[in-house]
Amino acid sequence: MNDMTRVDPRTEVADVKISARKAQVYYGDNHAIRDVDVDINARMVTAFIGPSGCGKSTFLRSLNRMNDTIPGCRVEGTILLDGENIYDRRVDPVQLRAKVGMVFQKPNPFPKSIYDNVAYGPRIHGLTRTKAELDEVVETSLRRAALWAEVKDRLHAPGTGLSGGQQQRLCIARAVATSPEVLLMDEPCSALDPIATAQVEELIDELRAQFSVVIVTHSMQQAARVSQRTAFFHLGNLVEFGATDQIFTNPGDPRTESYITGRIG
Amino acid sequence: MTDATATQTPPRRGGLLELDARTRRRNAAEARFRLYGLIAVGIGMLALVLLLISVLSSGLGAFQQTSLRLDVTLTEKALDKTGSRDPEVMKKVTTITYGKLLEQALAKTIEDKGIVIDGLSKTDIKDMISKDAAARVRDRVLAHPDLIGETVPFTVLANGRIDGYLKGRVTMDSAQRDSNVSPNQLLLADALRADGTLYKAFNWAFITAPDASELRPEAAGLGVAILGSAYMMIVVLCLSLPLGVATSIYLEEFAPKNRITDLIEVNISNLAAVPSIVFGILGLAIFINFAGLPQSAPIVGGLVLTLMTLPTIIISTRAALKAVPPSIRDAALGIGASKMQSIFHHVLPLAMPGILTGTIIGLAQALGETAPLLLIGMVAFVREYPDAPPEGFFDPASALPVQVYNWTQRADPAFVERASGAIIVLLVFLLAMNAVAILLRRRFERRW
Ligand SMILES: Nc1ncnc2c1ncn2[C@@H]1O[C@H](COP(=O)(O)OP(=O)(O)OP(=O)(O)O)[C@@H](O)[C@H]1O
Ligand SMILES: [Mg+2]
Repeated sequence: MNDMTRVDPRTEVADVKISARKAQVYYGDNHAIRDVDVDINARMVTAFIGPSGCGKSTFLRSLNRMNDTIPGCRVEGTILLDGENIYDRRVDPVQLRAKVGMVFQKPNPFPKSIYDNVAYGPRIHGLTRTKAELDEVVETSLRRAALWAEVKDRLHAPGTGLSGGQQQRLCIARAVATSPEVLLMDEPCSALDPIATAQVEELIDELRAQFSVVIVTHSMQQAARVSQRTAFFHLGNLVEFGATDQIFTNPGDPRTESYITGRIG
Repeated sequence: MTDATATQTPPRRGGLLELDARTRRRNAAEARFRLYGLIAVGIGMLALVLLLISVLSSGLGAFQQTSLRLDVTLTEKALDKTGSRDPEVMKKVTTITYGKLLEQALAKTIEDKGIVIDGLSKTDIKDMISKDAAARVRDRVLAHPDLIGETVPFTVLANGRIDGYLKGRVTMDSAQRDSNVSPNQLLLADALRADGTLYKAFNWAFITAPDASELRPEAAGLGVAILGSAYMMIVVLCLSLPLGVATSIYLEEFAPKNRITDLIEVNISNLAAVPSIVFGILGLAIFINFAGLPQSAPIVGGLVLTLMTLPTIIISTRAALKAVPPSIRDAALGIGASKMQSIFHHVLPLAMPGILTGTIIGLAQALGETAPLLLIGMVAFVREYPDAPPEGFFDPASALPVQVYNWTQRADPAFVERASGAIIVLLVFLLAMNAVAILLRRRFERRW
């Protein structure tokens, strides 16, 4: 089952941000992720692809310990962030999550104003000292999430009053505002129109300058466009992981090939 | 089953303009269901209206009281023989003397107005005035000794039977059979009323005055009971809201899901179903016999009612917390908020309307609760107002529902009216509490 092909990254010197070895995730008795070894590089976009229910979200959530909140969920193996095991007993998941931000599959803005949604992270982490600084963070975050133009006149309207796609961009802005080192995005564009999608992809590309980004997507084109490295999951296994070009042009596993060409899913 | 009939084109059903039998049946079922619903609502409303009518019709009278306007001559000879105006000496003069002065004042009024009623006796005249009146006049004179020697206008309560006559409770017929009132008194009442000496007015004393003895229904008021109930509600609110909310947050958000939590959960639900009188026995044993707190004190009542209210608040708070979508918690945690921050910044504000509703329902139940209070001695006859809090929490007091119970136990029909009046006051308080709940809910909901 575990015949996965590992391809070394091409040119860039691999500066590993997150490294998972033999990662296992269980939901009670359900073994949802088996023996996953993945290196997520700094200043790169890594895409997770795979059919529905294969465990992409599960693995993504284990990277910032969001699985801790699910009763019965267990993670085994090692996951290192900058060489430190994030499942170490001494690690405070709250501190971890400030470094590893997350955008969820379903948009979940707070039932507060748009401004407060974005300002919440900087506020609780004490990132800004003055109101003017906070205003600026809010504006740049909203601009980066391609939402500024639509909401600049109603920053104090409820965030829940936005359309689904706008809400998702608001959540992206909210995650960006805390300037995490790693940004995990679970299908951030599934509710967006092509224009907003292009804007978010642009944002992801821009974020790559400073952060590492992990994006789960069902769109092959998107994975090919934005990511440098791609991981293909199937039934809880990591089937193939390597440079995006390689995966899409010359997949090493027949399952990857049939998924990319649309035969399984 | 119907594979055999599978064809390329589906069989054509009837047009859209005529309803087929199935649709018609479904519509009929829906119409029937709506009718049942309407009937149920109607029965509920009818019960409510009947209740209100009966309470209002028998209780509104308590808010009106019959009084007499009398010019009383406070003769020095009777009230302060030595002329010293020394309060200690003047205190020796009893209400009997003051009662005589009042009687004389009324007799003089009757004479002045030229009212003549055959066979009107001295007792008849004396009994027109409430037994409470002499005490009121005495209090006033002791407070202002300089009034002695003057003729002072006083407003004094009329006897409960005369009050009843003005409210239609006492009639000439019933007076014939009643040893406490004579038809002559009623005739006199008519005459005095005609010239304005006897009149009915709004009865503030009903809300402010303390309870009065069996023989003076006209003077009985709810002051002590309202204060006692208010004190108890303060105790209940201050204890059960923080305790209940803290318990619920812990159980809902932090507690590990295991046997012990389950056990606690089951026990809280059971506690909500325990008959209230059991809490009274518990309160008597623990707070009074063991902890040595005073009987009849609002603090004990408040503690007992807190025990009763806690499960209600915990259950509704937990339901409110559960109803907050988990995605909100994830959102907060996902940007690095701590569990505590996610709860206090996001979950609790969203749960607030539910928590407040539960709290107010709990408080309303506590406000109307009688049985446990009987056991901890709140039935006692209390005429002294409790002090201001916090000392007042330990002074004896009564409570609204207990006052209702007390008054219904008394023989004089005037107390039935008083009891219904007390129920109206209780209902007004409940309405006010619900209004507050609605207002608070609005305030919190406006924040989405
Ligand atoms: N909270 C949970 N409790 C129990 N099992 C879960 C839970 N979440 C996911 N699973 C199981 O784990 C497996 C992987 O689910 P996951 O949500 O990670 O899939 P996914 O790859 O993100 O799918 P999709 O593309 O549809 O979002 C599924 O079999 C699912 O049933
Ligand atoms: Mg998913």
